[in-house]
Amino acid sequence: MKKTWPLWEVFVRSKNGLEHRHFGSLRAADAEMALENARDVYTRRMEGVSIWVVESKNITASNPENNGELFEPAQDKVYRHPTFYKLPDELKHM
Amino acid sequence: MSENEVKNLEDIFEARIARDEKIEPKDWMPEKYRKTHIRQISQHAHSEIVGMLPEGNWITRAPSLRRKAALLAKVQDEAGHGLYLYSACETLGISREELYDQLHTGKAKYSSIFNYPTLTWADMGAIGWLVDGAAIINQVPLCNTSYGPYARAMVRVCKEESFHQRQGFESLLKLCKGTPAQKEMAQDALNRWWWPSLMMFGPTDDESTHTEQSMKWKLKRKTNDELRQQFVDQTVPQAEILGINIPDPDLKWNAERKHYDFGEINWDEFWQVVKGHGPCNKKRIKDRVGAWERGAWVRDAALAYSDKKELGEQTESKIAS
Repeated sequence: MKKTWPLWEVFVRSKNGLEHRHFGSLRAADAEMALENARDVYTRRMEGVSIWVVESKNITASNPENNGELFEPAQDKVYRHPTFYKLPDELKHM
Repeated sequence: MSENEVKNLEDIFEARIARDEKIEPKDWMPEKYRKTHIRQISQHAHSEIVGMLPEGNWITRAPSLRRKAALLAKVQDEAGHGLYLYSACETLGISREELYDQLHTGKAKYSSIFNYPTLTWADMGAIGWLVDGAAIINQVPLCNTSYGPYARAMVRVCKEESFHQRQGFESLLKLCKGTPAQKEMAQDALNRWWWPSLMMFGPTDDESTHTEQSMKWKLKRKTNDELRQQFVDQTVPQAEILGINIPDPDLKWNAERKHYDFGEINWDEFWQVVKGHGPCNKKRIKDRVGAWERGAWVRDAALAYSDKKELGEQTESKIAS
């Protein structure tokens, strides 16, 4: 099979103080080209001040089939939330 | 998986969509959902890519630097929209190569409107005003569609599309306020683009085969006829501002319906163009395939360069260690 340009995931920081957020993906021959393409495809209107690109194959993603064992245990741990604790009304700001 | 298990999964799936939950790439989905989305998203991507061709024709002949910059930016946006959409489509398990192949061999469709020629500069204004106007009406509801990657791509597309329509209208307005010859050129563009624009909303509701399923999956929120009516109602007052006439003797306000009535669309023409016999179908695909083939050496060279660099880095690290 003919080799094709690999897929990259693009993360953009929209302004300093904010985190990089996933913006989308694109195809490029190498990291440098992925950065240049990301600039043209995802930041034509001042959407960003910093770009990360990472080749998609390097991302390990959780599988929705495992969502039960991964995320459900958190559901019965309400004591991790501040509102679980009953405090007197006189006590303001805690 | 047994038939019963699949049925059960499908029921859970439909219920999730009914609750307005989004479907993401790794979630289980019915095969028909996957196929329908590949078809619609890829057609949409192809339309953006082919849509650059009729406009590219005028970039070097734009009447001023201002117009040229706007047209270049619009065409660049369309390339970008195509790329957002191809990426979204790839998340459904089809490769970019396959998608391009389907476009280049004529297996996949794109919006028929791009099979009409752009004969004068006024066509650039008319396309922005009418074609992008119709596209916006079609696309805005898709920002809430059920498939996450498609919905996210559409949010970006819709944000950028508004400039396309406004620059088109401004450019036509300039012509309409110009010399009689310029205004005549604007009228001629409206005459040629009006009916094909109405056809962009697809066949009438009783002829449309996918509507019911698409409504359920939120690929559609309104029917073709409802969207077409919305377009006519919105566009008639805009034509009045321009001072040019919509080429439809049956067009008139219906006070009872509170909508404009309009004449019969030439559906024979519509199907002819869809089936490949429009004025520019062959030229568009020829140009697209030509551009792709002429770019092959660039793609290969970029890959070869990347391989070479990687090899160089490996050798360097070996020497260093």
